[in-house]
Amino acid sequence: MSASVKAYGGSSGYIVSDELRNSVNIAIALQKPLLIKGEPGTGKTMLAQSIAEALNMDLIIWNIKSTTKAQEGLYVYDTVQRLYDSQFGDGDVGNIKKYIKLGKLGEAFLAPKQVVLLIDEIDKADLEFPNDLLWELDQMSFYIPETKETITAKQRPIVIITSNAEKELPDAFLRRCIFHYIAFPDPDTMESIISVHHPKLEKKLLEQAMETFYLLRNVPDIQKKPSTSELIDWLQALVVGGVNPNRIKKDLPFLGVLLKKNEDLDTLLQQLQGKGSTKNPGVLGRFR
Amino acid sequence: MFTKFFYTLKNYGLPVSLNEWQSLLEALEAGLAGSSLTGFYYLGRAMLVKTEAHYDRYDMAFAAFFKDIETPEGLPEKIWEWLDKELPELQVTDAMRKQHRQLDLDELKRMLEERLAEQTEEHHGGNRWVGTGGTSPFGHSGFHPGGIRIGGMGRNQSAVKVAGMRRFQEFRTDETLGVRQFQVALRKLRQFTTRLDGAKTELDLDATIDKTCDNAGRLELIWNRPRENAIKVLLLMDSGGSMISYSRLCNQLFTAVNRSNHFKDLKVFYFHNCIYDWLYHDPQCSLKSYTPTEYILNTLSSDYRLILVGDASMAIYELMRVGGIIEWDLYNDRAGIDWLKRLRHKFEYSVWLNPIPKQYWTWTDGAYTINKISEVFPMEELTVDGLDRAIKSLKNRQAAI
Repeated sequence: MSASVKAYGGSSGYIVSDELRNSVNIAIALQKPLLIKGEPGTGKTMLAQSIAEALNMDLIIWNIKSTTKAQEGLYVYDTVQRLYDSQFGDGDVGNIKKYIKLGKLGEAFLAPKQVVLLIDEIDKADLEFPNDLLWELDQMSFYIPETKETITAKQRPIVIITSNAEKELPDAFLRRCIFHYIAFPDPDTMESIISVHHPKLEKKLLEQAMETFYLLRNVPDIQKKPSTSELIDWLQALVVGGVNPNRIKKDLPFLGVLLKKNEDLDTLLQQLQGKGSTKNPGVLGRFR
Repeated sequence: MFTKFFYTLKNYGLPVSLNEWQSLLEALEAGLAGSSLTGFYYLGRAMLVKTEAHYDRYDMAFAAFFKDIETPEGLPEKIWEWLDKELPELQVTDAMRKQHRQLDLDELKRMLEERLAEQTEEHHGGNRWVGTGGTSPFGHSGFHPGGIRIGGMGRNQSAVKVAGMRRFQEFRTDETLGVRQFQVALRKLRQFTTRLDGAKTELDLDATIDKTCDNAGRLELIWNRPRENAIKVLLLMDSGGSMISYSRLCNQLFTAVNRSNHFKDLKVFYFHNCIYDWLYHDPQCSLKSYTPTEYILNTLSSDYRLILVGDASMAIYELMRVGGIIEWDLYNDRAGIDWLKRLRHKFEYSVWLNPIPKQYWTWTDGAYTINKISEVFPMEELTVDGLDRAIKSLKNRQAAI
């Protein structure tokens, strides 16, 4: 890699693994979109923020919803405003350009400096959505028929795409991306992630909480396993609640922060009961 | 040599295309692998593998292909730093290697013993003592190309070793997986959602506005067909004794099916080992509540997707003989296989999911009946991959034999 290409090396607010950093740098160097997958709460969205921060670029976020269409990312032709203006005689109706509003992708193309474009949760949209963006992401340009204009990227933005695997993405789309799967962090990495968010955490509390957390993740049959962001919230709750570290494992306080599904709570209680019903009266009493 | 790796990957079942291979070569030319095997491992994985389900296959292919290659590992992070300082990278590594080349393992061990005897305190950095960092051959997190690691994490792990660890094994889709994965697989049944039939009842607001504007303000309404899933599913599950060991798997599938409320209609029935005159409403298979199979055949339209789940393993007479039913107090006028054939003829979109892994089908206890039944129904194993294939085959009408 030549020195002129920017290399991402992580930022202070975000712990990045070597593998992920390599993938990011490959994507930047090859100017291809980087597709990030991983369990919910492993910091997929945070990554884009961290890249923007580290490389000192602006971040443009395009949040995808189930109703989002690819066209909206390029531009929207505000016909209603134009009709309104024509009837009430405001402004110059002849100038169609005035009614073309660029979407997030268009914005990123026309930005004067290189930006980071985050296309968040691309799998939420319609099945055909990624296919509709193939050309635009490949060529970094699109055509507006209404004004007979072609919008071309001044600087190819760094494109980060996240997916929660709710839908399979089309092969043609995948072929154009660099792919990275964020594996769940091991306890050591987790500790450094936590220290970023809670720098002044009591050691004893952290130890107990981590132990309980990985214990919970290893309970079989739990459908929505607690993730990093939930652990961080839980630690916050433990600190605010002033819980005695020695009681964390026994009482499992604020369990609702970690387990979000009724079924999972039930499963956990059953497992605990199976180990001996008198052993954990604190927990069981709480839910009766 | 590299082209061979391409075919190795293909042999391990990775869908690598030439385009991706080309870009990988470009990336190599651009020096993105940092001239190390580890760098190449991550570069190749990022560029060629597009789903975590294939990470394991990549690991296996990589380990198989590169297992005999022993390289003094490159130092990716270090190289980045050197590049930043614009120092020629080769010079530095060569110098380092020359310096440390002669040490073989025995010598290293001997030296380590000596050092241990001499050393009396912690040591970090530097090039001689046992400690962290530095270029001494002993300790961890350091950069000696052929040293001994003592504790800590290997910072520059050999790529072959990383690949050999197969950390992504659990993401393989040909393993059986949880409810969530089943749900995602079942969701694919939504792909053949049809918008072709039905009345246009939904107002398309955007198109109406566009059209009205085109007409310079004269209102014109545009109607659309509502998006609806037209898929109807008939699920028949074996709850016989031989299925008990798979009950957890089937439960997961069933939960997934139940949650996926996006089908237009979902009917679930149970049977014991084989299907005869009765389809039961609950897994206990008691005659207290059942629907006659005949009734199902007559009333359901043939566009129902039929999914059968069972191990297809039973005594030969249960399948082939009149009166072969396993229940003492019941009698069947038709052999089980006839019922299956009738179902197959009625429902052209159908598939049989078998929780027994495919490689056992030819020699397990029920091999004969499995074989017979798979002549009637297309049979897939009950894994996420199998379910995927099954759902693909449900898309196409298949002529009954």
